Amino acid sequence: MPDTIRVSVNGTPITVPAGAMVSAAVAVAGANGFRKSVTGQPRGPLCGMGICFECRVTINGRPHCRSCQIPCEAGMEVRTDA
Amino acid sequence: MPDPVFDVVVVGAGPAGLSAAKRAAESGARVALLDDNPKPGGQIWRSDPGHWKPLLGNLEPMCGVRVVTSPEPGRLTLEKFDGELEIGYGKLILATGARERFLPFPGWTLPNVMGAGGLQALVKSGLPISGKSVIVAGSGPLLLAVAKYMREHGARVEMVAEQASDSALVKFAFGLLGFPGKLLQTALFGSSLLGIRHRTSCWPVAAEGSGKLESVTFQRAGKTWKERCDYLACGFGLIPNVEIPLMLGCRLSPAGVWVDDHQQTSVPGVYCAGEVTGIGGLDLSLVEGEIAGYSAAGKPQAASALSSVRKRHRRFAERLESAFALRDELKSLPQDDTLICRCEDVSYGRVRQCSGWRDAKLHTRCGMGPCQGRVCGGAVEFLLGWKSESVRPPVFPARIGSLSGPKYPQP
Repeated sequence: MPDTIRVSVNGTPITVPAGAMVSAAVAVAGANGFRKSVTGQPRGPLCGMGICFECRVTINGRPHCRSCQIPCEAGMEVRTDA
Repeated sequence: MPDPVFDVVVVGAGPAGLSAAKRAAESGARVALLDDNPKPGGQIWRSDPGHWKPLLGNLEPMCGVRVVTSPEPGRLTLEKFDGELEIGYGKLILATGARERFLPFPGWTLPNVMGAGGLQALVKSGLPISGKSVIVAGSGPLLLAVAKYMREHGARVEMVAEQASDSALVKFAFGLLGFPGKLLQTALFGSSLLGIRHRTSCWPVAAEGSGKLESVTFQRAGKTWKERCDYLACGFGLIPNVEIPLMLGCRLSPAGVWVDDHQQTSVPGVYCAGEVTGIGGLDLSLVEGEIAGYSAAGKPQAASALSSVRKRHRRFAERLESAFALRDELKSLPQDDTLICRCEDVSYGRVRQCSGWRDAKLHTRCGMGPCQGRVCGGAVEFLLGWKSESVRPPVFPARIGSLSGPKYPQP
């Protein structure tokens, strides 16, 4: 298994350690928020364990994925709407 | 109804679920162990295979799957990232653990304000924390564990702010004399925290920043002051994840899901073990899991033999609860314009005018978003005394495909 994995976050290539969750990749990408709330506020992860839905992003075109519970895979395309 | 595929299905692969699965499998049952995270271990042993591997033995856990509903007794519908499946069970053990209690204060919705366990989980998930400034706040022994972990991973931990008073903590520490293992653990934490500012009777009253967290205002002994930091890791204790048991009709106790001496719930054939029956820590979770595993696999005597161990660990849980009881002043943290429901952006001012949960859901949509009240529920319970005990399937927002037909895995 390689030591690092490359994914793309909003089109930008990001390298993370193997085993990292998508949430870590989005945080490393430096996005200020993972999503926008229903009134347009930026939001990021709160619970880190799949409860709060604040870290949800679109992965390979599939919306509403909880990024804190999904491991990065090589070539994954991640999109935030924040 | 299909024949049960597994004798015992265990939901949750934290310490309680792992020890339940181990004891049930040892007793000859065909066991399936499920978890919604990509790996076993629960939150406490996340990225710590040295702890969970020995308990797992030869069992192949089903990870990354989430319980959506139970179309009929003996069946569960599950969802995973790229599909769905169903599973049959003879006996069911729910070891769904706990989550943090979050209390809303102005600015708590800013990115980089997280749970205490929340930030730890994110760092374990690969977030680089080295060189970042972190403040750990809220209440409970978890705060010290998180501060220690952050420091070991290169963070500058500026302060630990615990809302409980010094006298409550001293009383708690002396009470630990009856629990040598725990005392040692606490002493180790204490010494490794030397050099980190630890403030009791202290809590955050506001978080500030433009677009993300920049500073936090704290209060202690009537004084307020501002601290700059990159992350605020803030949780006010733990609350049990009772949603799946509630969906199945299990009765609650004041602490969590009600269970009998054999960890069986009010629904025959459905057992609960660990934090879901009431917050009690690792040792209690392990022994409750063992009891549930033996009971579900038809070994009541082996289960009964462990009841004195469970009793001892429950006493520790009671001490924990009284030492870290939340003070009433925290009820004045949210202002009228502070959001209480982060999914639907509902302010505290709107929610507190309602007569109860049902009214709040109908008229403000508080608790009606994707998290289904899992975050605001713990706050509303503390702030307004409302407890939500109605859970309807699906227990989490699910894809249509997950509800559309049976797919059985082969054992």
